[in-house]
Amino acid sequence: MRSGVQVSGRLSAAGASNALELRGVTKRFGALLALNDVSMTLRPGERRAVLGSNGAGKTTLFNCITGDFLPTAGEIRLYGEDITVFPPQERIRRGLRRTYQISLLFAGLSVLDNIYLACRGVLRRRFSMLRPGRNEPALLSAVDLVELAHLQEVRDSLVSHLSYGQQRQLEIAMALAGAPRLLLLDEPAAGLSPNERQALVEILQNLPEHIGYIIIEHDMDVALRVAEFVTMMHNGRVFKEGNPRELENDAEVQALYLGEVDG
Amino acid sequence: MAQVVTTETTPQSRSMFGRIPAAYWLFGAFLLVLPSFASNFVMYQIFGWSFILGMIALSLMFLAGYGGMFSLAQMTVAGLAGYVVAICGTSAITDISQNWPWYVNIPAALLIAAIFATVVGWLAVRTEGIYTIMITLAVASAFFYFTRQNYVLFNGFSGFNGVFPPQLFGVDWRHPVAFYYLSLFWAAFWYFAVLYVSRSPMGLALQGIRDNPRRMSALGFDVTAHRVAAYTFAAFPAAIGGILLTWQSAQISPGTAGVGPVIDILVIAVIGGLRHPVGPFVGAFVYVILKSFSIDILVALGLGGERFQLLIGLGFLVIVFWSPDGLLGLWAKLRDLHRRDPLIGRLVRRL
Repeated sequence: MRSGVQVSGRLSAAGASNALELRGVTKRFGALLALNDVSMTLRPGERRAVLGSNGAGKTTLFNCITGDFLPTAGEIRLYGEDITVFPPQERIRRGLRRTYQISLLFAGLSVLDNIYLACRGVLRRRFSMLRPGRNEPALLSAVDLVELAHLQEVRDSLVSHLSYGQQRQLEIAMALAGAPRLLLLDEPAAGLSPNERQALVEILQNLPEHIGYIIIEHDMDVALRVAEFVTMMHNGRVFKEGNPRELENDAEVQALYLGEVDG
Repeated sequence: MAQVVTTETTPQSRSMFGRIPAAYWLFGAFLLVLPSFASNFVMYQIFGWSFILGMIALSLMFLAGYGGMFSLAQMTVAGLAGYVVAICGTSAITDISQNWPWYVNIPAALLIAAIFATVVGWLAVRTEGIYTIMITLAVASAFFYFTRQNYVLFNGFSGFNGVFPPQLFGVDWRHPVAFYYLSLFWAAFWYFAVLYVSRSPMGLALQGIRDNPRRMSALGFDVTAHRVAAYTFAAFPAAIGGILLTWQSAQISPGTAGVGPVIDILVIAVIGGLRHPVGPFVGAFVYVILKSFSIDILVALGLGGERFQLLIGLGFLVIVFWSPDGLLGLWAKLRDLHRRDPLIGRLVRRL
């Protein structure tokens, strides 16, 4: 059944349906309209940056897509399937992944265990009471991801002992577990050193082509290097969309961005 | 797909037995030969009872230490299993007891305890922290009052006496030596089972849920289902503890799973430490020692013997004050002191 999902995913990746489709997604918290009629379409493998000031609704948008919140109105489709009311785990099992702005990790477990859990979560037999064998696929791919994220040295350390940068790298590694098709990256570069930023950009640029992502990023430098398309949000609405160059030179966008930086 | 294997996920623990310190082997051997020199009282009352209470507290440690769920209903699960053995099996209350053979009434006790724990879990996992404690405490007191007032099934206030273990293999299992080994076997079994499961996908998922439930569902796990499954699993050590407890005293009554014993299990688990499955057994041993000998100490000091709870309470206070991780935490702290490098003042090796 699982392989069926993957096969149909690859078929649609060949051109049948969009990776992600948002239609009129609205989220209201009491009187606050956090998202206002947001529509957005991502092709399979598309890499997009979402920009916008604080409170523009970027993280709320991610929370609606992952299912942490149910939208007040609107429809969300993942590879053609209506996932609007699915619980988070069902969306993750369909190839959606996300990282969090503030690292949400398992502080009492080791780095390898964190990644192992991420690999295990999208496989069957999640309730198994048998310890993993040395050659269990999930364990092997967890070891690979440890290397990908350059965390070999701290592999068996508790996450609570990691540096901030290492925790951010771990976030990314966990989002790449299993067979991801669409990543939601919430400010992955925040608080990283220039070297760590460079490493992050390389990881993103080297992802297999079929993996698309949406990245929320304040650092224009990073955002424009890893995204082929940019969505600008403001006050819960999509304010402008275009390719990076267009938006960089757009007077309105500049005004909004510089205004934010100054203010 | 997953094979039955004994390897672990971390490289420093590649061999299952190679890294077990000699002291642990010695301790195991000590427990095995204890009946050759210990008195019946020590075997039956001190160690037998410690193993039983340890098992019941272990089921709380599994839920609380790995899953972050403080269930006060574990003693109730144990009590229910004890009641089922008395009702389905043989007791002095011949009007109620069904006289079914052990191979029916023991599985029935485990099954009913597991179903009950699953239902309690299903109710409790929708809540967090203090509310979980309140719901499970409510279940525990409801069970206490129900058994006390129901005479048709639970024989009300007096409960059941004359509940003896079956004479399996021609052994009188209430004989101190036999009972010592019986309770030691099950305590060791559940200790190792919990240790083993803690590194399985189920156990790791539970620890992930303890640290961060929201992230767990964002990794594809069904958080609610895992929590409920943890309650089901934890029912088994508690139920076996409850059956042994019933056989040990040959009786079960509402007071066995009253609010006092329910709190005692929490105290035992916290005194011992919730970080590792050995904690509940350490806590149970300390509790049993205090409960057995504090009367003598108090009387020697000219105080009323019935004030032993005072000593337990003070001990609890001191331990929780000095070490939130219980006696295990104190032990780890002491060991760390000796590992500190005298020059740089840092730990030489992490635990």
